[in-house]
Amino acid sequence: MTIDWQAFTPWASLAGGALIGGAAALLVLFNGRIAGISGVLGGLLRPARGDVGWRVAFLAGLIAAPVLVAVFARVPEVRIDASGALLVLAGLLVGVGTRYGAGCTSGHGVCGLSRLSPRSLVATLTFMAAGFGTVFVLRHAAVL
Amino acid sequence: MRLVTAWLAGLVFGCGLILSGMASPAKVLGFLDIAGAWDPSLALVMAGAIAVGLVAFAWAARRPVTLLGDAMALPAVRRIDRRLVGGSLLFGVGWGLAGFCPGPALVALGMGLPKAAVFVVAMLAGMGVFELLERRRGR
Repeated sequence: MTIDWQAFTPWASLAGGALIGGAAALLVLFNGRIAGISGVLGGLLRPARGDVGWRVAFLAGLIAAPVLVAVFARVPEVRIDASGALLVLAGLLVGVGTRYGAGCTSGHGVCGLSRLSPRSLVATLTFMAAGFGTVFVLRHAAVL
Repeated sequence: MRLVTAWLAGLVFGCGLILSGMASPAKVLGFLDIAGAWDPSLALVMAGAIAVGLVAFAWAARRPVTLLGDAMALPAVRRIDRRLVGGSLLFGVGWGLAGFCPGPALVALGMGLPKAAVFVVAMLAGMGVFELLERRRGR
């Protein structure tokens, strides 16, 4: 294993992570909800009375974040190398998978692990392993 | 008030994703590529988030109601089954294919990136497929 020291951003990533944790804290303490993006979004496809507003507000804040960051700082470059077809396939898998798995990197990875949930630990280890495996096959296994 | 706190939480979450570098699929894939030139940044994002989260959720778990006086709506499911593992597997494969998970995809959509829009539409379609299959199963 070689570490890419050029790309490694320890302080920005720790600080950004702390902000993500702070956001999850806000949502659980004031709204009593888990800040899991797939769950917040997926719940809108099954709308229930009194359960729509907070979801829309949270997602609106998330989508507005780049505008706020741009006011104070230079927004780091966002690079998407995947082709359109690959993005469609990836999006479908992420959509179906996060709903069956009842969570994603935020819901299971951040909130679930913070709650010391064994269920979230299993989910996080599973999707991490699948992510590592997929990238390995795409980049290093010359079978495709 | 509840809408304001939810909006603020989303805003802070998005700022965290941008600052941490996780809004960029290339950086996420740099973490997932352990056999190549590995970028461990994502591990520190998780560490920072969980350090704060541990305190917050420990506090929340001891409260019967939120700070605004509403009932807590925390997941009570503890089952570890095929749905959980199978779903997480599919999600992980999709994550590894493009480097996008749901949060960063929505933030990149907010940057007006067309490729992020393609991913988000496909992700919503995937979630829609789940809803249809669940409704059929429930009948």
